[in-house]
This record gives sequence, C-alpha cells and structure tokens, in this order.
Amino acid sequence: MIQAPAPPAQSPPNIGAMIFEHTGDSKLVELPFGLGEWHLPGPWYIPGTHVDVSPTKHVVFMIVAATLVFLTLWYGGRQVARRHREGRGPRGIGAAVEAMVLFVRNDVAIASIGHGGEVFAPYIMTLFFFILYCNLLGLLPWGAAATGNIAVTAGLALTAFLTIEISGFRALGPKGYLKTIVMVPPGMKGIGAVIMAIIMTPVELIGKIVKPFALTLRLFANMTAGHFVILVLLGLIFVFGTAPAAIRYIVAGGSVALTLFMMLLELLVAFLQAYIFALLTSVFIGLMRHEH
Amino acid sequence: MHNVLMLLQAESAAAALNSNALLGAGIGMGLAIIGAGLGIGRIGGQAVEAIARQPEASADIRGAMILTAALVEGATLAALVFALLFKLA
Repeated sequence: MIQAPAPPAQSPPNIGAMIFEHTGDSKLVELPFGLGEWHLPGPWYIPGTHVDVSPTKHVVFMIVAATLVFLTLWYGGRQVARRHREGRGPRGIGAAVEAMVLFVRNDVAIASIGHGGEVFAPYIMTLFFFILYCNLLGLLPWGAAATGNIAVTAGLALTAFLTIEISGFRALGPKGYLKTIVMVPPGMKGIGAVIMAIIMTPVELIGKIVKPFALTLRLFANMTAGHFVILVLLGLIFVFGTAPAAIRYIVAGGSVALTLFMMLLELLVAFLQAYIFALLTSVFIGLMRHEH
Repeated sequence: MHNVLMLLQAESAAAALNSNALLGAGIGMGLAIIGAGLGIGRIGGQAVEAIARQPEASADIRGAMILTAALVEGATLAALVFALLFKLA
C-alpha cells in the first residue's frame, strides 16, 4: 500500500474566492508551458473620465479568438476554392470549415431569416465562429472564456440588437417600423385603438429590449456556470484535504472523473451556445423583417 | 446540541443577514431550476414523442426543440444570475 502524504497543516483554501478569481477578468494573463505571467499595461483612462480602456485577460483572449477565426476560415476557404478549381473535394480543415459554414449559412441563417437571408449570413457566421472560438479557448489549460464575461456577451448582443432594429427599419420602412412599436390590433378604430396603443406600446418596447438581454444572460450564464461546476468539483479535493487518506483518494478520483465528464459536456455546450446565439439572432431578424 | 446553540448565538448580526441572503439565493435557485426542469422536460418528452410518430420530420422537430429549450433556459439563467447577485451583494 502506498503511504499517503501527511495532510497539509494550513487552513483549507477559500474555494469560492478561487472560483471567482478563475472565471473573472483580470490584468494578468497566465502564459502556457511555464512561460510565466504577462502583466497587462494600464490603466489607460479616457481623458477627462474614469473609464479604463486598457486591455484585460478577456480582451487578449478575444483577440486570440478573432485571429484564430480569421486564420482557420481564411485557410479553409482558400483550400476549398483551390481544390474546387482543380476539380477535387476539400479535405482536412477545408472540409471541416466547408461543412460548418454551409450548416450555419443554409440551416441557421437563411432558413430562419427567410428570403433575403443571404445578406445576413456573413454576420450570423461571424457571430457563430467568434463565440465558438471564445468558448473553446475557455476549455484549454491556461485559457479563459471571454464569453464568460457579461460585458463581452452584452457587446455581442448589442450588435445583434442594432442589426435586428436597423434591418427591420430598412425592410418595413418608417411607417411599418413605427407599427412594431405602437401596436394597434387590426380592425380596431377610435377610442379602442387609442387604449390598445397606450397599453401595447410599453409591452412592445420591453419586448425589443428583452431579446438582446436574454441573449446576453444566456451565453454569459451558460459559460460561467460550466466553469463554476468544473472548479467546484476540483475544489472538493481541497475541501477534503484534511480527511483520512482513503476518503481523500476516493474524493479525488471521483471529482476528476466527474470533471472529465463535465469537460466533455462543456465541449458540447460550447458548440450549442454558439449555435443558439446565431439561431436566435437570425430568428429575431426574420421576425422583425416579416412583421407586416 | 448545546454547541450548535452557542455557535448560533455567537454569530454576529452581519453574518446572520448574510446567511439570510444566502438562504434566499439558494431557495430562489431551487425554484428556478424546478421551473426549468418542468419546462425543458416537457419540451424534450414531446419532441421525442413527435419524432417517434414522424421520424421523417425529426430535423425540423429537433430545431424547434432546441429553440424552445433555449428560450426556457434563458429565463431560468436570468433567475440564476440574479440569485448569484444576491449572494455577491
């Protein structure tokens, strides 16, 4: 039998604080393979205000994700085009990129937006691949999920909100767009129409705001909750650090097995949340454009 | 038993307030999850039934299922985030 090491003498670590430190934003980027830590510059205030615009860990990982999206899609697209000219099918990264691009373009963007959806396909695909790469970077060792930051998801949802409203305005015209705010049920006249308009206008305005708000919270909470669960399962090892050796080994083995399962689930969630964000954005664009 | 009572009495007023907030956050999280479980379980069950009845429409049914489940999930996660804010605030 292996002799278990003596239980540590120090007090158990604060698991809650550790989890928030791992999922939260910071000015410190842990470099992989023991290269040390990168302290980001800052704070850089906008002159005359207290708004800090210096980069943080999540900004770094967003730039990494954007670079990876550009490199893989650029390489994959060029490979597909070159092999198509040679009369052959794509292979490797090109085949993967082609399959995912075609799925997002045809089955998510155009199928949900309806006719005229080709115009929005690049935007929907940008959302999908950027969110996917951000989510996947959070699963790497030393990585961080930028989509686990509510400011990042709020920014993404803001672009979706502007796209929904502006595309609706362009498709419906000023009069048609006003009808999506001041709603009068068809066939109502006079005082009834006025009362309905007074009741329904706040409801319609709230409905416009709730859509991007729900997009923000869904992505943020899904990514954060997944990382919380993984870190809590790993934290169990430290909570049981002063227990007898047999219990410690059982807890450690169980928590590592459950962490592996959660990591696999997170891999699914990374794809699913990118898909859902893209799908809901295109559904909302389609609803707005076809509201007559 | 005596020790537990002593511990409870020794708690400061601030800690008691904090534990009430934690209790509220916990109950709120549980209630939100009950609702999400009922909603998503029903969506999933009905989708499986529909696919069993019409396997050729499974692609459309799966898309509608994921969309509806995402909408239910969004409301639930909003509740969970607010419960988390209770704990932090």
